Amino acid sequence: MPDGIWTRVEIGLNALAVDPAGLGGLWLRARSGPVRDRVIEALPALPLPLKRLHPSIGDEQLFGGIDLTATLSSGKLVERAGLLAEPAILVLPMAERTQPGLAARLAGALDQGTGHCLVAMDEGAEPQETLPEALTDRLALHLDLDALPWGQTERIAMDGDALAAARARLPGVRAGDKVLEDLTILAVRLGIDSLRAPMLALKAAKALAALAGNDEVDQDDLSAAVQLVLAPRATQFPEEEPDEDEQPPQDPPPPDPDPEQNQNDQDEGESQSLDDLPLQDILLEAAKATLPADLLANLAAQKAQRAGGGISGAGAKRKGNRRGRPIPPRRGRLDTGARLDVISTLRAAAPWQTIRKRESSFERSLHIRTDDFRIKRFEEKSDRLLIFVVDASGSAAMTRLAEAKGAVELLLAEAYARRDHVALVAFRGEAAELLLPPTRSLVQTKRRLAALPGGGGTPLAAGLKTALELAIQSKGRGMTPTVALLTDGRANIALDGTANRTMATEDATRMATAIRANGYPAMVIDMGQRPERSLKALAETLGAPYIPLPRADADRLSTAVSAALDA
Amino acid sequence: MTQPFPFSAIVGQEEMKQAMILTAIDPGIGGVLVFGDRGTGKSTAVRALAALLPPIQAVASCPVNSPSLDRCPDWAHLTSTEIVTRPTPVVDLPLGVTEDRVVGALDIEKALTNGEKAFEPGLLARANRGYLYIDEVNLLEDHIVDLLLDVAQSGENVVEREGLSIRHPARFVLVGSGNPEEGELRPQLLDRFGLSVEVSSPKDIDTRIEVIRRRDSYEMDYEGFMETWRPADADLREKIIAARNHLKTMKSDEAVLRDCAELCLALGSDGLRGELTLLKASRALAAFEGADAVSRAHVRQVAPSALRHRLRRDPLDEAGSTTRVGRVVEEVLGEPA
Repeated sequence: MPDGIWTRVEIGLNALAVDPAGLGGLWLRARSGPVRDRVIEALPALPLPLKRLHPSIGDEQLFGGIDLTATLSSGKLVERAGLLAEPAILVLPMAERTQPGLAARLAGALDQGTGHCLVAMDEGAEPQETLPEALTDRLALHLDLDALPWGQTERIAMDGDALAAARARLPGVRAGDKVLEDLTILAVRLGIDSLRAPMLALKAAKALAALAGNDEVDQDDLSAAVQLVLAPRATQFPEEEPDEDEQPPQDPPPPDPDPEQNQNDQDEGESQSLDDLPLQDILLEAAKATLPADLLANLAAQKAQRAGGGISGAGAKRKGNRRGRPIPPRRGRLDTGARLDVISTLRAAAPWQTIRKRESSFERSLHIRTDDFRIKRFEEKSDRLLIFVVDASGSAAMTRLAEAKGAVELLLAEAYARRDHVALVAFRGEAAELLLPPTRSLVQTKRRLAALPGGGGTPLAAGLKTALELAIQSKGRGMTPTVALLTDGRANIALDGTANRTMATEDATRMATAIRANGYPAMVIDMGQRPERSLKALAETLGAPYIPLPRADADRLSTAVSAALDA
Repeated sequence: MTQPFPFSAIVGQEEMKQAMILTAIDPGIGGVLVFGDRGTGKSTAVRALAALLPPIQAVASCPVNSPSLDRCPDWAHLTSTEIVTRPTPVVDLPLGVTEDRVVGALDIEKALTNGEKAFEPGLLARANRGYLYIDEVNLLEDHIVDLLLDVAQSGENVVEREGLSIRHPARFVLVGSGNPEEGELRPQLLDRFGLSVEVSSPKDIDTRIEVIRRRDSYEMDYEGFMETWRPADADLREKIIAARNHLKTMKSDEAVLRDCAELCLALGSDGLRGELTLLKASRALAAFEGADAVSRAHVRQVAPSALRHRLRRDPLDEAGSTTRVGRVVEEVLGEPA
């Protein structure tokens, strides 16, 4: 198989046209433009109807529902089939905006074996703007065309007759046991954990063999399949030894599965025969040839996205604590995917029945008009929780605390508009204390804030720990926590309460890492006279903005926090 | 209609399989939560379970699978009063499900055409006496979760909506699967699952190859593959039925109860649900193994599944809940003999 991205695109699309359901689909990463259009032009060669989805498509459209206009006019229940009812090529534009919920529904549809095939068109601009993993894992082909100039592309040749012949041949195509083993081992060497990958590679190889008119998968088919399916999924360069530490220690695999070993130990024999050596090597070379150069950079970006728990392209969707609560219905149109409130609709229509019957030219038991339609409405809201972690240590504590208290009050005053809750954690001496549990009540806040003492060491880690626990707890209640750290000093009290600066710093870093790993946004506000370097480092560990704010008053503080929240 | 992948043909994942078998023996254990990586066969296992469960006796046209005529709800229009044998219901709760479809709702067709107020049963009715399966359970909408919690608690579905006032039994075993990277599960729902297991991709090459090989032959030679594995599935079903009968006479002495209580105390699990589940699961395991009495070894074996999800979260502990349970089990029960 010659190199060149476009050749791979061509081969991949042909494979997809042979076995669309088996391969699951295509993850096409490319901005909208003529290059992508060339790929889309080839899609009609796939043996299924094309259906276009949208990243915010509703369940009614996906799974079907009641066709109300037809139901009302015929007086019988008329169901409308959803897009997923019949096998189809589901084309999903702007796939980088897919929400986890839709991803799960589509993944379920792909799993059910009804024969769907998903073409996800990912237009992400940043590496972390991308398709959810639930889907990428299930789509055999991953193609990245972002760097491809138009000049290096050409019309994709799709030979309908050849494809039909290949589809007829496909069920009879076999692959040897050895092939299975090679693909699985290769996937491990490339650091691919999911077992779907080797399975999909096998299917791709079979489709290509069928296309070539063979009944047995040969080496070229395999190389191509490896390039199309395995190489884009690689998480490590194959030169690296597999990570021994990942083996569960209590369960050492008896026949050493170390791939290097399998490859080199020709004397052992076991399940591996001598023939394995060349094929695996050839496949490995094929994979290497197509491994993206920025493999590791991309991985880091994806990890960051996962830790953040959101899809940046879609904006952070809030999970609401009051989501989906029904609220009173109101008059509306049915074309927006809204759900009809049957009872209210009937109630609205009832008074007019006699008049309408008199006026109507045809016999019908119920006269319902568009005006009567009442739409069900659901309330979806999420409350942000702002957790202030305030340093109450040392001599400057009193003024700083006063500012923090003022800022909390100011922010709370805005809270009704912003849907924010506020909580306050103070740390001083040897420990941290939750002074104010999440609240929106100004009265309660003022009462609690009034009596806050200051002075002592700086148990930063303890403060962060309390904040983290609170964040986890409140997230469970559906809030969206953000941690705002206000301090001027460096940590000098460790988690266990001892005055050990090194340990204290270590503990603080560990807690910051934990907060970041849990995906909670944070901000660090340095209220010292001059910027404290260790705080800047801590902000980096938290992945949070660092805001130096010497001699802040409550007003400036609340403005800075608001700005950071809206950034 | 092709049958799902046979349960016995699933490679490895012993803890997950054990948990599912235990709830099949004693549904009172209360469901299984399967959390883990992608492509590890979570859904495969749940769907396979359906084919494995022993059949139930039910009134043919009863919407809630009642075992006898007098137990059928009064709103049901029975068209046939015959008692039939049917597979244990396993109902899929799709993520995008609406409240109406879960609890049931006014039958719109009857309402519009005949002006009749009839009830159209929902998924909870169909799941009665069976299993309710939720894939990606951590992505389920909150208001649906609340509904499920309510019904799972009471074993009864109460519908008060659209002028209807209806109740029917809804006793089911919850089976959920999900990927923890996509979101947390609310503690209330977490607690509702009797057992929880964590699955991960096998780390050993031979196992991985075997997984791929079986999947490939299932797809390539469906008939032959099912033929090969049908006897193993049938054996397992027989063992489950035998264990159910055995369960009634299973003894559990004071020492075992004490073990369970001490374990839960040491782990600081909330409430008494942990102890109960641990005891029930141990008893089911003992019955499955054909033992005369529950022993400490049984408790030890089911402890991780029964307690893992009941730990208080400790943000500082990087070891993970499985390790923590393991540590405490060793402290309380001593090293395995």
